[in-house]
Amino acid sequence: MEDLVLWSRAQFALTAIYHWLFVPLTLGLGIIIGVMETIYYRTKNEQWKTITKFWMRLFGVNFAIGVATGLILEFQFGTNWSNYSWFVGDIFGAPLAIEGILAFFMEATFIAIMFFGWNKVSKGFHLASTWLTVFGASISALWILIANAWMQFPTGMSFNPDTVRNEMTDFWAVALSPIAINKFFHTVTSCWVVGSAACIGVSAWFLLKKQHIEFAKKSIKIAAIVGLAGIALTIYTGDGSAYQVAQKQPMKLAAMEGLYKGQTQAPLVAFGILKPHEKAMQDIENPSYFNIGIPYVLSFLSYRDINAYVPGITDLLNGGYPTKDGSKELSAKEKMESGKKAIQALADYKKAKKAGNEYETQKQLRILNDNYSNFGYGFIKDESELIPNVAITFYAFRFMIIFGSLFILMFIVITYLIGKKKPFENYKWFLWLCILCIPLAYMVSQSGWIVAEMGRQPWVIQDLMPTSAAISALSSSSVATTFIIFCVLFTVLLIAELSIMFKQIKKGF
Amino acid sequence: MNVFKKVFLFYYEGFRSMTLGKTLWIIILIKLFIMFAILKVFFFPNFLSSKGDTKEEKSEYIVNEMEKRTINN
Repeated sequence: MEDLVLWSRAQFALTAIYHWLFVPLTLGLGIIIGVMETIYYRTKNEQWKTITKFWMRLFGVNFAIGVATGLILEFQFGTNWSNYSWFVGDIFGAPLAIEGILAFFMEATFIAIMFFGWNKVSKGFHLASTWLTVFGASISALWILIANAWMQFPTGMSFNPDTVRNEMTDFWAVALSPIAINKFFHTVTSCWVVGSAACIGVSAWFLLKKQHIEFAKKSIKIAAIVGLAGIALTIYTGDGSAYQVAQKQPMKLAAMEGLYKGQTQAPLVAFGILKPHEKAMQDIENPSYFNIGIPYVLSFLSYRDINAYVPGITDLLNGGYPTKDGSKELSAKEKMESGKKAIQALADYKKAKKAGNEYETQKQLRILNDNYSNFGYGFIKDESELIPNVAITFYAFRFMIIFGSLFILMFIVITYLIGKKKPFENYKWFLWLCILCIPLAYMVSQSGWIVAEMGRQPWVIQDLMPTSAAISALSSSSVATTFIIFCVLFTVLLIAELSIMFKQIKKGF
Repeated sequence: MNVFKKVFLFYYEGFRSMTLGKTLWIIILIKLFIMFAILKVFFFPNFLSSKGDTKEEKSEYIVNEMEKRTINN
């Protein structure tokens, strides 16, 4: 079973990571193209049209190679994650269906005008089509992120014991959940950073080659401004996301911070080296070899109060600390007992209903409803399963924050240097740094997802369904086989993308 | 010229004059073929369909699976 869980998770992670190589560039480059074409529309300067068309070509390559790679994730839901797919019912299906019908067709319609419509439709209509393509791509991301947010914070639904499915009772609670809103803006604006880094990196390559200097500098200027706006919004929404994690997924927060013992006036770890998890569990007061903490900041960021108590990993397992509403938090063991009762009540409810025993049916339904909030804990065999991989979550979070923050500096320096008298192309070392920022931006973006998804383990649906209960009863070798097939397929696609992309870049503006 | 003809010609001429786009469309079509005609058919069948035909049978299967995976078992 453990093998099957690992292979299923690895396969999903692989597909999602590859898919996420294409998405951020589509969303990020899209907005840059929109801005460039708007400048062309307003100034009527043909140079801007040439610049827009060049970046649009790269956008097209990325869009074409990346399109439908996300569908493979949906294949996996039906085959590898059938328990989960059944259990989430229409909640997951509805946003994905809207994504497929509305957003995808919107993109498909306007992208055709964007590419075929130069000199065939009016400038205004073409510009509107470009923006609608960008808007469509972002709306597409919105529905996916709403579905993902629901898994992190299930809301707006009720459980139907007859169908064994969660049914949506409040669409707006699902669509506008605070996790979904923060996640959407955090993700989309971080894509602007990736798109900007790509645009700046490619332009820097032209400057190093002393080709298309004016076009490249104009591109860098726009990308730096979009990137600066993107990173500022990413940080703002990142704070919102972390605040929501503190409220809804405290174990994830504890893992992100390597916090084993809760404390008031908790410091934020700027950097540190963690002890191995087993050692840290034995020495919860000093779980790291060293760390640089910023006093009060974790308490403030988590609860907007510098004196707030932030529970650590062991507190979350042991429970007993006061919650926001004044009640005592249950221990993991109590939650596991409660979850076990809920699952048993569901099975007994079904049996009683089949036997036509109304009294027993109602009794079991009450037990199920009373314990449903802990349903997923019933599948947990040992409380240690409730702790995500602390090291990966901790370091991925630091990587995202530290290198992500460097992009602010990067974009500010670029904006400053490009306006200086000394030609920008003379700062060769800096141009190389700009090129290096392309892979770095991707790594930062991916590490954000690693924090979000590894940090929420063992849950597929927070508190309601762990990964081990969500997977289908397949053989692990069949999942391993499809893992290898995907690995090959996606690598071929990536090579195809990069080779076509490099050819187009070499052709220039 | 009516609107439909205009739209048709817009797409027709657009596709005909594609250069890079042709390569991209070939990649898209190959990819979709691999995904839907090979992966979906041979490697990603609907798992629950093999466990029951009706919704009741499927929900019954899920409850049994859940029971099996609890700590009692």
